[in-house]
Amino acid sequence: MSQKVLLNASEITIILHRLACQLIENHNDFSNTVLIGLQPRGKFLANRIASILKEDYQISDLKLGHLDITFFRDDFRRTSKPLEANKTQIDFLVEDKKVVFIDDVLYTGRSINAALTAIQSFGRPKEVELLTLIDRRFSRHLPIQPNYRGRQVDAITGEKVKVNWIENENEDAVYLVKN
Amino acid sequence: MNELSVNHLLGIKYITKSDIDLIFETADHFKEVINRPIKKVPSLRDVTIANLFFENSTRTKLSFELAEKRLSADVINFSAAQSSVKKGETLIDTVNNILSMKVDMVVMRHPNPGAGVFLSKHIKAAIVNAGDGAHEHPTQALLDSFSIRERLGEVAGKNVVIVGDILHSRVALSNIYALKLQGANVMVCGPNTLIPQHIHKLGVKVEHDLRKALNWCDVANMLRVQNERMAISYFPSTREYTQQYGVNKNLLDSLDKEIVIMHPGPINRGVEITSDVADSGQSIILDQVQNGVAVRMAVIYLLASKIKN
Repeated sequence: MSQKVLLNASEITIILHRLACQLIENHNDFSNTVLIGLQPRGKFLANRIASILKEDYQISDLKLGHLDITFFRDDFRRTSKPLEANKTQIDFLVEDKKVVFIDDVLYTGRSINAALTAIQSFGRPKEVELLTLIDRRFSRHLPIQPNYRGRQVDAITGEKVKVNWIENENEDAVYLVKN
Repeated sequence: MNELSVNHLLGIKYITKSDIDLIFETADHFKEVINRPIKKVPSLRDVTIANLFFENSTRTKLSFELAEKRLSADVINFSAAQSSVKKGETLIDTVNNILSMKVDMVVMRHPNPGAGVFLSKHIKAAIVNAGDGAHEHPTQALLDSFSIRERLGEVAGKNVVIVGDILHSRVALSNIYALKLQGANVMVCGPNTLIPQHIHKLGVKVEHDLRKALNWCDVANMLRVQNERMAISYFPSTREYTQQYGVNKNLLDSLDKEIVIMHPGPINRGVEITSDVADSGQSIILDQVQNGVAVRMAVIYLLASKIKN
């Protein structure tokens, strides 16, 4: 197994600030916008973007939630390993709100498809956007594209993109792992 | 997340501590789901479940049906009263006929102990025992422990007394297994005639004085006197039973500490507990009912994930 660094810590910081600025461009003071990190890995990115928006750009009233999509996935009883659920934490309704889904890697698009179904349990959003740190081209199973992308990556099926966060893995880095 | 160690939930006797932990962790997620504005998830949209009730039930049947529908399963209901069972059809024939309509899971209540185990040896579908005679009622025991865990933080080390008709109670047996498995201390309390003779071999204490039992416990699970299962008289009169084994507010207030009151339902108000106890802040009876849906969703979800396409 070999791995190649796609992004290092300082590159990630620059990208996160750019993504935050792009969000501000479209959502101003975020009064009608909610950020939703997708469990399990998207919550780290969502938390980071939220803290940049709060601390560096003085967005005081920011709504942030975490959505678990396990029970909405389309591969229940089709995978060999059991699906592991995570905590959903959304203490607000998304009715008529602009929702921004945040996930670390966009691959087949099936997670986002499940998230689009799952979010309906919390109301009917005005619109839904997608922010992703890594967009894997050429691997989509569904017509789903990100509105905000950190970096586009060309990776073949056997390869894996691994995103590490300082909160969890003690470093900020993105690797391309080859088996 | 791991898998359950079993393919059927026939009784607590057949599952492990880690199965219980897994069911509770999953139930935590479902409890969040059923408190959402839209309380439904699509997980089991390709699973069909038959609820076979060969014995009367209101709460359990509704709870299972709601759990199945919250998971988006297709549900068919069957009760023996309106069926060909009355015409002399055997259990296996009845169930096989239903299964030939492509049913993946069977939730069954049956008056005969061991009916679920028997069925599991003869048919392919996953089976959930929703009560078999005076034997086991595993989902009730799971939701009882889940409710204790929710109220008191954990089950391990807690003192739990089960009061009343232990002899005819499947809830009592399943609860004893479940509580012991999780490391709780268990006592049974009731008139001598309603305590099975060798019950101490299950590792439970036996007490006939209700006040002593309540002073010892953190949680009291009050069982209903099952008059319908009593062919003979087990105590002189309901009035005398209530005097000795009924919990009222005066008794509760005179204890050294505040205990939690549970009841699997249906309550005979004024017999095993009075209305002011059932409706007091110490009672978690309605929490039990709500948790029942979440726990049954977890059981069905976890068993369904073991049915391969």
